[in-house]
Amino acid sequence: MEQLIIPETEISRYAEIARQVRINTIKMVYAASSGHPGGSLSAADILTVLYFREMNINPVEPDDPDRDRFILSKGHASPGMYSVLSLRGFFPLELLKDFRRLNSKLEGHVHKGVPGIESSTGSLGQGLGVGVGMALAAKLDKKDYHVFVMIGDGELEEGNIWESMMAGYKFKLNNLIVVLDRNGVQLDGKTQDVMPLHDIPGMVKSFGWNVIEIDGHDIRQIIIALERAKSSKDLPTFIVAHTVKGKGVSYMEGNYKYHGSPPASEKEYHQALKELGGE
Amino acid sequence: METKSESLREAYGNELVSLGKRDPNVVVLDADLSSSTRTGIFGKEFPDRFFNMGISEQSMVTAAAGLALSGKKVFASTFAVFLMRTYEQIRQSVCYNNLDVKFVTTHAGITVGEDGATHQIIEDIGVMAGLPHMSVIVPVDAVETRSVIRYVHDFTVTPYYIRLTREKFPVLNDADYEYVPRKSVTFKDGSDLAIIGCGVMVSFALQAAKELKSKGIDARVINMSSIKPMDREAVVKAASETGRILTVEEHSIYNGLGSRVAEIVGEEYPALVHRMGMRDTFGKSGKSWELFDYFHLGVPDIVRSAESVFREEKRFESIS
Repeated sequence: MEQLIIPETEISRYAEIARQVRINTIKMVYAASSGHPGGSLSAADILTVLYFREMNINPVEPDDPDRDRFILSKGHASPGMYSVLSLRGFFPLELLKDFRRLNSKLEGHVHKGVPGIESSTGSLGQGLGVGVGMALAAKLDKKDYHVFVMIGDGELEEGNIWESMMAGYKFKLNNLIVVLDRNGVQLDGKTQDVMPLHDIPGMVKSFGWNVIEIDGHDIRQIIIALERAKSSKDLPTFIVAHTVKGKGVSYMEGNYKYHGSPPASEKEYHQALKELGGE
Repeated sequence: METKSESLREAYGNELVSLGKRDPNVVVLDADLSSSTRTGIFGKEFPDRFFNMGISEQSMVTAAAGLALSGKKVFASTFAVFLMRTYEQIRQSVCYNNLDVKFVTTHAGITVGEDGATHQIIEDIGVMAGLPHMSVIVPVDAVETRSVIRYVHDFTVTPYYIRLTREKFPVLNDADYEYVPRKSVTFKDGSDLAIIGCGVMVSFALQAAKELKSKGIDARVINMSSIKPMDREAVVKAASETGRILTVEEHSIYNGLGSRVAEIVGEEYPALVHRMGMRDTFGKSGKSWELFDYFHLGVPDIVRSAESVFREEKRFESIS
């Protein structure tokens, strides 16, 4: 992978899109007076690289049978997800302002009725299993698409994840790629306080998966990790992406209170936008 | 019993093979119980399309969702009791996505027998029927099982819960019977009261009806295999023509067949309804057929209940 040359202009293009994703996220949760900014801000760079570079998808043909699949298992990061999809052209940006409103397609948690969404999620721990099923289907149909699943680190506390990890190994799903948004914070506090996991890469390795550790805000590292994962011969790959919860908004960074709450005041709202260069 | 008995799960496994032969899109999942659920018959014939997910029901259900999202027709099986731990996976990943996944469980009810209360699920109908998009069928015998499996494969693309059992059950349907969605089957007509049942209790009800006849009570016996959606017309007709309904099921009296019949009767044609089933209790170890007597669900119990329903004063004036 060392020979992979990624021009600086391309990197800054993705960084700019990720910045727009973060600005949209803040606007959406503030307008809705609810929603989950923290995990959207931590995932923004990864989501951007997936949808603007790594995945074979076409917003004009969202049902193309040969497309790559993406499941956002941490379905509460819906503002980030919807922002990326609309910026990528799956639906008009205007729709974002109605996020979480009655009669809007943009449900509070990621919903299959939205163009580009493969499966409804929101209850943690289930998306990886759904990804296993899709990867099995690709093998049966002799198709070479990849299935990407993003999970949160609090989500690793769900038993379903580890059941599905076993299946990924058993069926040699080298077409299955998990990206862990390792932001270290869940609803009630730091993951290390709520339910500490001693050694995530070690746990994943012992389940027989490839493990790659990266800085989840370093676009170059994200690209290289995903390219390496795609070339896996017979094992599924698990990318541990170290991120910062609430990345880009100083008072949200590492603060569990912004896992599931919007800016608390107009002052906070404007500060967030200002820090993101959004006003 | 005079009628010959046949295994419902054996019928299921064999029918899966027939489906597999004519439809390459059929895939089957199991959770380490394939020799008991009989999905193993399919697995032997089509190893590439059979996935043993291990003792990991949550993994099985979510993978079933992923396969269905990719265009597969999915059958997922385990013991009924163990599927219940995945209620939320079924809710979120299968029903909310409205996917073509058929949960065909075996070993439901007290006919599990010796394995005891831990394995005798008597709440499953209620749990599954409460889910939006989910349909629930309890086949009465092996003939209906085969027909139901064919029907859900050939004509439906939404989630189904199909409840099968460990024990062989008496064959009540003719060999050429075909399941008609939502339609009940009246095995015996009668005008004094209607016994509405599902599963093995229907054959008990038919035996009870014979005894009742000798006592001068003419009981109608209806096989209500389709729990959701239910044959409302047949329920209302029974209520209006007999005014007295006895429901019989190998399930809790809460949230099962009896509850749903009572809902329909209450909404559309108030009549006497008495529910027979497990009365807010767990099962226990014993021979299957002994357990029916122990829990007062045997043929003599049905006869007694029917007599008392027949004698009870009608509390509602006929509307017509």
